[in-house]
Amino acid sequence: METLWPKIERLLLDVTKPARYIGGEQGAQTPEHGPGKVAWLLVYPDTYEIGLPNQGLQILYEILNERPDAVAERSYAPWTDMEAAMRKAGIPLFSVDQHVAARDFDVIAFNLSAELVYTNVVNLIDLAEVPLHAVDRGPGDPLVMAGGHCAFNPEPLADFVDAFVLGDGEEVVSEINVALAEWLAQPVETRDRQELRLSLAGIEGVYVPALYESTYDESGRLVGTFPVVPSVPSEVAKRTVLDLADWPYPSHPLVPLTEVVHDRLNVEVFRGCTRGCRFCQAGMITRPVRERPAEQVKEMVRAGLEWSGHNEVTLTSLSTADFSGIENTVRDIIDDPVNGGRVSVSLPSLRVDAFTVATAAQIQKVRRTGLTFAPEGGTWRMRQVINKLITEEDLYGAVDSAFSQGWRRVKLYFLIGLPTERDEDVLGIAELGRRCVEIGRKYTKAITVTASVGGFVPKPHTPFQWFGQDTVAELERKVVLLREAAKTTKGLTIRWHDPSASAAEGLASRGDRRMGAVVERVWQAGGTFQEWSERFDLRLWEAALEAEGLSFDEVAYRDRGEHEPLPWDHISAGLHRDFLWGDWTDALAEAGVEDCRWTPCYDCGACTGLGLEHVVASPIPPAGGSQGTGQGLELGGRIPVRLMGTADRARAESTA
Amino acid sequence: MTDAAPIKVRFRFTKLGKIRFTSHRDVARMWERALRRSLLPVALSQGFSPHPLLSFGLALPTGCESLGEYLDVRLEEASFDPSVIPELPELLSGLLPTGIDVQAAAVMSMAEGSLQQEVASCDWELEVLDVIGEELEARIERMLAAPTLTVARERKGRPTEDDIRPAILTLVPVRVDGSEQGEHPIGRIRASLATHPRGARPSDVLSALGTDVVLAKACRTHQWIERDGARFEPLSVSGLATDPIVEHAQGRAS
Repeated sequence: METLWPKIERLLLDVTKPARYIGGEQGAQTPEHGPGKVAWLLVYPDTYEIGLPNQGLQILYEILNERPDAVAERSYAPWTDMEAAMRKAGIPLFSVDQHVAARDFDVIAFNLSAELVYTNVVNLIDLAEVPLHAVDRGPGDPLVMAGGHCAFNPEPLADFVDAFVLGDGEEVVSEINVALAEWLAQPVETRDRQELRLSLAGIEGVYVPALYESTYDESGRLVGTFPVVPSVPSEVAKRTVLDLADWPYPSHPLVPLTEVVHDRLNVEVFRGCTRGCRFCQAGMITRPVRERPAEQVKEMVRAGLEWSGHNEVTLTSLSTADFSGIENTVRDIIDDPVNGGRVSVSLPSLRVDAFTVATAAQIQKVRRTGLTFAPEGGTWRMRQVINKLITEEDLYGAVDSAFSQGWRRVKLYFLIGLPTERDEDVLGIAELGRRCVEIGRKYTKAITVTASVGGFVPKPHTPFQWFGQDTVAELERKVVLLREAAKTTKGLTIRWHDPSASAAEGLASRGDRRMGAVVERVWQAGGTFQEWSERFDLRLWEAALEAEGLSFDEVAYRDRGEHEPLPWDHISAGLHRDFLWGDWTDALAEAGVEDCRWTPCYDCGACTGLGLEHVVASPIPPAGGSQGTGQGLELGGRIPVRLMGTADRARAESTA
Repeated sequence: MTDAAPIKVRFRFTKLGKIRFTSHRDVARMWERALRRSLLPVALSQGFSPHPLLSFGLALPTGCESLGEYLDVRLEEASFDPSVIPELPELLSGLLPTGIDVQAAAVMSMAEGSLQQEVASCDWELEVLDVIGEELEARIERMLAAPTLTVARERKGRPTEDDIRPAILTLVPVRVDGSEQGEHPIGRIRASLATHPRGARPSDVLSALGTDVVLAKACRTHQWIERDGARFEPLSVSGLATDPIVEHAQGRAS
């Protein structure tokens, strides 16, 4: 195992933010490679400052390095200046931990958190000096893997990735390690990659695209993706960790030496979400809800603060304010003398209600600068369609409460381009913003309201997966409409995402296997870091689509029918297709559904087959309803949520 | 300022090896976290957003090493036991990343001026690629003979031109056995550069040496305070070698 550091350090005086490439963070590991140990390179395919805080990568890094038969190091996408310098100097992709060439690892595993990183994935495989296409790799080449939320439509990367992991990685990563160790124990010349493919495909939650084939009809429409060998399942189901309490990771979170996003302690309080927002892929594919015992949360906060020296902790999840007993947990953390009385707690997603603002007031005693709410839709009708059942009274109550308690900036998140959207829904955003400014002005002139508007991209495994997304032109028209309407309100700022990036994201999200060639062409034309507005270029995507005989109309802008095969039909997030279709028709009928933690089961499928229900710590529904929807959940507990059992509680106490 | 009387503790530390690629602000954050973990009673500023009262010396450019960086920390006198001072270098070195070694700590008089104001000059050891021997000596001689040395710099985001000649106190080529051989031979320079009123940085010296000169490494070996005609370090380390080149080599070997 050779370190490339002496060659790398020569480049670092001439590149921006060189600290991104040095490793050495607190918590960084320098494991000893050797025979009998499977060497993993865990790669986040975006910049270091975006990738370092990623919790999924840090969890796997620890779990693998704890195994006697595995080592794991990390890598991130070098910025364009560094990449150019590396290519010029003949330096391949390397790990930041010990500066080992990517090719010296047995597995190169990518974390897929966003679709627009796909061109970076291709670029990094190339920079790693590994054959770009899975089919061209030989027995001595590393295995290329990928996991994360985007793996739920793996097809656009099927050409480049040997195996995808679906769902939670904590358990499956060890099973994969065992399979690999066995295969790698053979001498290189007798290794058969097909044997490895079959062995990996036998692991639940692992999808090996080379063992499947997509077929198309004469018109070029997908017929389906089917196994080409008899031994593999026709539908690959995701993995689900049943009890988060078994996985108190990361236990030694990485403390970066340089500036990164989310530069504070992160502790995951639950996984999954049952709020049922129809646009939200994360909420659909991570079901059911699995809460971490409150005692373990507090212990992880205590240990993490002591370890890192951070003075701020974020309690992460898809909807942290819905964590059972969140107020008590937050209060206990703030009051814990071990935490020095100086810790600040942040909740990444606030429910929209006055009650939550009161909690926020309690924890943000200092720096009371900005609060963020996400009504997502501009009118009640729109919010019923997307199932984000926040009333205007809820929102205005929350905003009034925020301004009255000293906050000066309120940020509101919205989507445009939603199904059934009319101009009045878009204009409703300006109206909500105007009313919020009015409320703030009652207290002081010095307030601002920002409405941040994103173009909606329908995602696989959601009720909106059949919806044809708005064209770039249509999104642009709506942005103009909204800006014009907001112009007259002083104190209201409209921010929006580039509609053309939403179009490209739509291709990568819902494309089939043929999208791989498009991704490759965009990469070849220099289109890396497409998540970065200064680097994004729609023309590259248009040209690539045309060269491959595909179109935005066909892939992104078209409504799908109930029975049309979808590129991810052979991938299961546990959700029944008829549940999703039913939810889609409910959406079109403007009918909302309640949070199934506290109401009867809709039989979405996520719990079925796992032998579990949502794991929550308290039978009492959150005050004000889930997400502040005011759904009148006083009857909470009438449905069979699984309370944390006595065994769970005993364990929770013993870890305290 | 806090109500309780603060005391000022000055630390001297190194920045060597990979960690040199972190920025001045990065180092400040590392210290903030290390001090929190040390549980030392660091005094906090008053106001809306209290922050620890740390005061760093002159910023070290990203990519440069140093054998002597300084930091003044205000501690709450009421809850601080000065007898632990001798243990602090080891304690804090253990809480800081590899390459940052705390070499000394001492209580300073509150009347002592800030490091930013007091440090008048810094000594540097510079390594340049390919320009060696007589060629290097000749270029240095030309530089020192010039009445003015105008270099393009950036000040507050705007390009300006400055004469750095007054800030160059000494500039000496150094011959080190073996370093002038190989594919990319290394030329070594020892420089003493003033910090006020318009200080010079290693990059300025490099641009004055010629546009073809590539910096391989720069190390700040000393910082000097001048008072009443004498010069001394903000905090000296007993037992340090006097020859910065020897000392530097030792530092990098670790």
